[in-house]
Amino acid sequence: MIADNLAGKRIAVTGGTGFLGTALIERLLRSVPGCEVVALVRPGQRLSAADRARREILKNDCFDRLRGELGDAFETEAAARLTAIAGDVGRDGLGLDEEGRHLLATCDVVIHSAATVSFDAPLDAAVEVNMLGPSRVAETLSELCLEAGRPLPHLVAVSTAYVNSGHKGDAAEELITESRYLALPDWRQELAASRRARSDADAASRHPERLAEFQKRARLELGAAGTALLAQRTERFRQDWVTAQLVEAGRSRARALGWPDAYAYTKSLGEKALLDTRGDLPVTIVRPSIVESALAEPRPGWIRGFRMAEPVIISYARGLLSQFPGVPESIVDVVPVDLVVATIIAVAAAESPAEPSVYQIASGARNPLHYGMLVDLIRAWFTEHPLYDDRNQPIVVAEWSFPGRGRVQGQLRRATRLLGAAERLANQLPVRGEKAELVSTIEEQRSQANRALDYVELYGAYAETEARFRIERTIGLYESLPETDRAAFTMDPAVIDWETYLHEIHLPSIVEHARVRTSPGKRTLASREERAKRAILSEEPRLVVFDLENTLIASNVVESYAWLATRHLEPGGRARLVGGLMAEAPRLLALDRRDRGDFLRHFYRRYEGAPAERLKRDALELWSDLLLLRAFPDGIARVRRHRSLGHHTVLITGALDFVVEPLRPLFSEIVAAHLGEEEGTFTGELISAPPTGEARALLMEELAQRYGLERGALVAYADSTSDLPMLEAAGLPIAVNPEAKLAAIARRRGWPIEQWARTRGADSRRLAVSTLRPGTRTTP
Amino acid sequence: MSPRPGVVLEVDRSTPPTLFWYGEGFRLEKLPVGSRVIYPPEPVAALADPEGAIRHALENPLGDSAPLSSLLTPGMKLTIAFDDVSLPLPPMRAPDIRQRVIEAVLEMAAQKGVDDVELVAALALHRRMTDEELRHALGERVFNAFAPYGLLRQHDAEDPSNLVHLGLTEEGEDVELNKRAAESDLLVYVNINLVAMDGGHKSVATGLSSYKSLRHHHNVRTMQHSRSFMDMHRSELHSSNWRMGKVIAEAGVKVFQIETTLNTDTFPQQFRFLQRREWEWNLADRSAFLASSKALEKTPPEIARKIFHSIRAPHALASVQAGEVGPVHVRTLEHVHRQQLVTVEGQTDILTMGLPFISPYNVNSIMNPILVACLGLGYFFNLYRGRPLVREGGVVIMSHPTPWAFNPVHHPSYIDFFEQVLADTTDLFEIESKYEHAFATDPWYIHLYRTGNAYHGVHPFYMWYWCAHALNHLSRVIVVGGDRAAVRRLGFSPASTLSDALEMAEDVVGRDPSITHIHTPPLLLADVQ
Repeated sequence: MIADNLAGKRIAVTGGTGFLGTALIERLLRSVPGCEVVALVRPGQRLSAADRARREILKNDCFDRLRGELGDAFETEAAARLTAIAGDVGRDGLGLDEEGRHLLATCDVVIHSAATVSFDAPLDAAVEVNMLGPSRVAETLSELCLEAGRPLPHLVAVSTAYVNSGHKGDAAEELITESRYLALPDWRQELAASRRARSDADAASRHPERLAEFQKRARLELGAAGTALLAQRTERFRQDWVTAQLVEAGRSRARALGWPDAYAYTKSLGEKALLDTRGDLPVTIVRPSIVESALAEPRPGWIRGFRMAEPVIISYARGLLSQFPGVPESIVDVVPVDLVVATIIAVAAAESPAEPSVYQIASGARNPLHYGMLVDLIRAWFTEHPLYDDRNQPIVVAEWSFPGRGRVQGQLRRATRLLGAAERLANQLPVRGEKAELVSTIEEQRSQANRALDYVELYGAYAETEARFRIERTIGLYESLPETDRAAFTMDPAVIDWETYLHEIHLPSIVEHARVRTSPGKRTLASREERAKRAILSEEPRLVVFDLENTLIASNVVESYAWLATRHLEPGGRARLVGGLMAEAPRLLALDRRDRGDFLRHFYRRYEGAPAERLKRDALELWSDLLLLRAFPDGIARVRRHRSLGHHTVLITGALDFVVEPLRPLFSEIVAAHLGEEEGTFTGELISAPPTGEARALLMEELAQRYGLERGALVAYADSTSDLPMLEAAGLPIAVNPEAKLAAIARRRGWPIEQWARTRGADSRRLAVSTLRPGTRTTP
Repeated sequence: MSPRPGVVLEVDRSTPPTLFWYGEGFRLEKLPVGSRVIYPPEPVAALADPEGAIRHALENPLGDSAPLSSLLTPGMKLTIAFDDVSLPLPPMRAPDIRQRVIEAVLEMAAQKGVDDVELVAALALHRRMTDEELRHALGERVFNAFAPYGLLRQHDAEDPSNLVHLGLTEEGEDVELNKRAAESDLLVYVNINLVAMDGGHKSVATGLSSYKSLRHHHNVRTMQHSRSFMDMHRSELHSSNWRMGKVIAEAGVKVFQIETTLNTDTFPQQFRFLQRREWEWNLADRSAFLASSKALEKTPPEIARKIFHSIRAPHALASVQAGEVGPVHVRTLEHVHRQQLVTVEGQTDILTMGLPFISPYNVNSIMNPILVACLGLGYFFNLYRGRPLVREGGVVIMSHPTPWAFNPVHHPSYIDFFEQVLADTTDLFEIESKYEHAFATDPWYIHLYRTGNAYHGVHPFYMWYWCAHALNHLSRVIVVGGDRAAVRRLGFSPASTLSDALEMAEDVVGRDPSITHIHTPPLLLADVQ
């Protein structure tokens, strides 16, 4: 009957690229052979609506079954029966073009399933899509049909059962306006308030004190990475802050009005707005509860996207979430996506109703899954099928004790605060190498705790819901169907056996989706690093840029100066000079942190009046007596390896040219600082300042151009965030002995990290003082 | 009282534990009853008037040579070459014998009105000496008179403009020499003959030559046919050098060879117990041993190394002879043998040795694993005349901490040799054919050798070749107390204790093996009957 009723009908679907929409389109194409589908798709930045439909709908594994059934005919069938039109439910009039307007006006049924399903969407975004979306669709349809003189289509709007979850006991399939429990505010006022909230938050984010705070945080994260990167990051922090304000605004407004979150709140008002603005348009509202992977159609376990329960479950399985609050007796209302799709299609196939009505599709009333049972099933499954950590050990999942939400939130907040403080402190420590990597694990733990807190705050309410969503009308509709339709379009949640569903369908599916390690074996991370390393050391042409200090040599310009300045002093003078430098150290360090270029210019003044020729000879001794002893043999070997592969190697350093001269044979090019000379002595002024920060990135790009190389052929080795612009500009960046900040960034971005050490016991000096005897020496 | 000769002690129940050198430290080991311990002869008497002896040697040359004073004429070009920092070991107390000899030569040259004089350190492919080391070897006066004017040079085997090809030997070996030395009217070579391998034609033909020349005798084949290289009559290394010496003479290079031998008075007062036989230790020796062992336990390795490398040996001049290379060296060897030779009856199944902190190639530096191998299997194994101390198929057990540590200034190519070459193979011929050329011609190593204080890129290969005879001869090498990974990389077996090592050795040589310990330094040369 369903197929017959819909045969020859044109059905429009919004939200076709989403989880529910994809399943809906697939089912219509596969099981309702006579119908035609019009998908309203928002064009992407680069992709047209038609391209998006092809890539994001038809390419999805949802269609594997139909593709298998039709074989080569699939493409022609899809082309004949699925048309994509450009449209955006976030815009008044849906942003349709002429063709779109025509197609939409000739539809018999319109299924509106587009929504912002994220529970932590900013208030205004949720309002635009979830609250205004349905009434925009309704208004556009009325207008188009009036224009075209066509009969009004049947609008099936997908909402959520959670619109009336705020109370205990039965939640009936009644219009939102008929609910006894809900205090519905005026949605137009809510709209105005949400738009105001956006501009208020934006204005507040531009307050000087707040901007200073963002700037401080950017500096804390990136160090001296240069103005451009810091500005970018500061702006990102500002935008994130505005978003966070609006997320919070949504959450608090929703809670104040009795909904668990902004999603349910905006969906509720969306229903109200739709009822207010529909005119004569026939409207049916379908309310599913939490939609999860398919029970049978198109195949058991099919799911799209990583949605609400999945991250929580995976976090639990990975041992990151050891507690999740909830009431064991409460019902977690989950419904497989194919049941929802069947309900929508059945509704669409039914007579166009004169009055709006509601169908709910949920499991709670007929076949409840209690939270306690859900947890037991999940735990049992992961005990038998554990995930593996990166040391190849199976992860033992925790036993939940169902604590109160407040207690868990309190614990997590405290942990987050503590780890945050530890992280800030650790970032200030002057550590590098393996210690720095240790520090970056604090950061990881903190972000894990943060995420856990997010989950608890977002989804906590869903494990505490005590409303029971009635589905009598849906079951009535189901039972009115003939036997064949009932077999093909299962809508009755009573058929679900929760243990089978979870153990054999849902959990295996999401574990596969999450790409987590389900067996001990080679680390995927290691292989990624290996791949990067292979690309770095390939025989393809490469431009390889090395930083010097702490990348190739564990020393710095101050040490070189101290050594050179003490070369011809007697022991007493040496002590005085070094004492003076040490007293100055904090100031120099601060200056270096603030601006590397300024620091170098300031510091090199000290060379004023120094005899140039003598210093150049001293530098050779400096190389053997200090620098080479503090060099990383692995680093030198790496440079040589690149050279033997025929790569162009470049050294970019703030050190003085004559100091790094002994390294000349290792590099195709050395970019260093040059001091001015007058009558055989140094002037103390830099005639060419070494590039720092973004200038290094620019220089690298210039060199790349000269060698005719693309970004992918650029390799950069550096140790600190001050070289972040250069590392970012290289296609193949490597962090060498990274300080804590860079270690964290490198881990996040998957950059290879090298730990290069000085050779053991070669140099035990604490101070970089010349130990060579002053006086006559050999002349080469 | 004349010094006592060397002795071979048979260990019995009453024998006190034997001192094993262990890098910058010592171990006392109880050797099984019946083991033999070879002790070196006591230091021979020092020459009472070294200056007088030197002058006498210069004016009374051996062989076909006129007295030095008659060879010096105004306007001539004189070059004085001298052995580098690898000799003697440990460095001797000031004044260094080179200083004494060179001062005598310079004095004579000044009297004769010679003013074109240059000093050359005969480095071959060794690292350049530091100014401090040159000052020590030559003395402040000589250094200050020559160094600032560019007249004190170090032989640069990679400077083509300063090398001259003198021809080929009858075996077709290239003879390439330091140009200044070859083109001088007289080349005076000042040697220190610490072990029997040193000196003779090897001084000039090796010390002042280049890779092109050296490769003819510094290779696996030659080293396998030098049995041992401490015995010039059975050493292919020496035969080759002597052939080159002939070519040098025929090319008209006039060499006046001055060879010196030192006595084996190796350690200063506080370490005197190191050159005494354990059963003769008195209270002072025992306390010194205890005090230094306890102190060393608590000392970080870098500091311990500094302490040991600051040891200046009280070595005294035992003989000096000058003149024509051949006859001079014959006399020199007599003196070396007089000081070092110990008669040993028959070979042994297991040879044990304690390796000290120093070898010729890590003066003021780190004894890296390759140098450990070279000291044990190159030098100590070869301290024999006649037959090797250990039988063919026997085992060498050596004690040394063998840290995985390198001096990046002195031994840059060693690091890569260890990390790349030995990680691939320890096979001598494979290493020689597959890797030697690349290391020898690597521009970075050449740069460091010429401008820094680095051994030449090819030098670690020579160290490995030095072990060639031993590696062929032995069936197993065990290192007691070494870094396990480093020892394995060398292809040897690590053991925690001497008794473990002996157990492991028995697997190879059978039960109740004969064991011999070579108690050195001070140095000895075993005359195996």
